[in-house]
This record gives sequence, C-alpha cells and structure tokens, in this order.
Amino acid sequence: MKYLSYLTIGIFFGIIMYKSEAASWFRIYEMFQFGSFHMYGIIGSALVLGVIGIQVIKRFKIKAIGGADINVHPKEKGVFRYLIGGSIFGLGWALAGACPGPMYVLAGAGYYSILVVIAGALLGTFVYGMVKDKLPH
Amino acid sequence: MNWIYEPWEWYVAGPLIALTMFLLLFAGRKFGMSSNLKTMCSIGGAGKYSDFFKYDWKAERWNLLVVAGAVIGGFIASQYLSDNTVQINAEVAQQLSEDYGITSAGQAYLPPELFASQQLTNPFVLAILIIGGFMVGFGARYAGGCTSGHAISGLSNLQLPSLIAVIGFFIGGLVMIHVLFPLIFS
Repeated sequence: MKYLSYLTIGIFFGIIMYKSEAASWFRIYEMFQFGSFHMYGIIGSALVLGVIGIQVIKRFKIKAIGGADINVHPKEKGVFRYLIGGSIFGLGWALAGACPGPMYVLAGAGYYSILVVIAGALLGTFVYGMVKDKLPH
Repeated sequence: MNWIYEPWEWYVAGPLIALTMFLLLFAGRKFGMSSNLKTMCSIGGAGKYSDFFKYDWKAERWNLLVVAGAVIGGFIASQYLSDNTVQINAEVAQQLSEDYGITSAGQAYLPPELFASQQLTNPFVLAILIIGGFMVGFGARYAGGCTSGHAISGLSNLQLPSLIAVIGFFIGGLVMIHVLFPLIFS
C-alpha cells in the first residue's frame, strides 16, 4: 500500500513535468536565453508555496503520517562544493536540456536517446564517488 | 477536447510541484531525484569501488518507486495528454534555427537534431548526450542535490547552501548557452 502511494506520487510528478514542458530541452534553452517567464514562474511559484508550507510545518510542529518528524534537515555548511558542483550541474543541465527528474519522464515518453543521458549521469555519479575524497568540498 | 493537449501554465505546474514535495514530506521522505542515481550505482555494485556507495540502499527503494512512477507519468502524458510539441518564444526559436540549425522548435517536444534515435550513430550527438548526462550526475552529487533537492526543497527551507547551489546551476547554464553553445554548435 505504501509502495503504491510512492508510485502514484511519481506518476503525478511525471505528468506535471511533461505537461508543464519543464521536461523539454526547448524550455531549458529558452530559460537560459531569458526568452520566457514560464520556467521562472514554475520554479518561483513552487518556491513561494514551498517556503510558506515549510514555515507552517515548523511553526505548528506538524508531523509526518505515522507521527515521525518531517524531514527538513539543513544541508551542511559550505560554499565551494555547492558553487562548483552546482556550476558543473548547470553546464550539463543546459547541454542535455534535462535534469534528473525529467530524464526518467522522457524515458517513459519514449525518447530513448535519453537513456544515453541517464547512462552518462550514472557514470558521472559513479566517478564522483570514486574521486570525492580528492576533491575540495 | 483540444484543451486536454494544451500545456499547463506555470501557475498550475508550480503549485503542483510544491504539492509533490509536501506529499513526500508527509510520507516522511523528501523530494530529491538525483539521489536515485546514487542508489542505482549502489545496486549495480559500486560499493566494491568506493565507500560512498556502501549504504543501505534498500532504505531508498521508495524513491526508486517515485522514479518508476515518473516513467509511467511520462508515458501517460505523452501518449494521451499532449500533442508533443513545445511552442517557445519566437525570437529564441528563430535564433536556434539560424545559429545552430535546430529548426524543430514548435514541432517537437525535444529537438530531433539531438534526440532522434538515428542520431545516436552520430559521434558528435552521442558525445553531447553522454557529456551532458555526465556533468548532471557528477555535479548533482558534488553539490549534494539537483533542481528538486536544492532549487525546490532546499530553497523552500531557506537553506543558504541550496541558494549557493542554485546560483551555481545558473552560472553553469548561462555559460553553456551563451559561451559554449556558439563554440560547440557552429
């Protein structure tokens, strides 16, 4: 039952990504050309509601289903890894025109070339795991 | 019935993405898609090569189900809910066509110049897809999250690291589109 709910959330998320065109290479290109408000509106409106909702959760100490704490632990402090890692991510995001969520969505939509991008992403993750201790963080 | 195929406006999609995050939070989880890549590496045996991949990946199975759902959602949306074309800013579309020969804006969801299956035999296109994916995977782990984990979840929690990461996402994206694209595609 619990597994079914995660699958359902995923289906919901996949349809949103595809229908909003956030999974389209064209929309990512257009965003970085500042050609439309569309992508900024999506991220911005999600954020406004996200910030309000998280504040409400914290203020009223709302619990997760089953009574556990809501998982909003802050990331560890730092600058370098976020700036450099983020920039590398951004280079790939703009080149492939897809971030991790939409990659899976596009695979389901039948764009099989995205499997090559996913393979690249898995390789990138693996290589990070291999070299992480040698990288500045 | 044409309205079914219309794309969703930002003010529909954005709130629904926030809802996705809250559904996962109330389920006791969090919204972050790139950690699945790490989980898949662990399942594939990457723990033999690096301790980074030695952890209880079975505890992350729920997120793989979200991925499976996203695949199904992509199938449903593309088959039944979309005409699979994306209209973008006309000037941007014209610029794509004139500068890079990508003429499919308005006629496709992804540019067939890069994503048509027969293009996989083109070494230039293959390199773009692999390198693009590689940087997404490497950068997401280095930064500790991607668009969902940092730009949505992290910024919603007003975390400074996530703001730095998102600034990084845009530095990288803008450099790619404005500095490297003219070098790569001309």
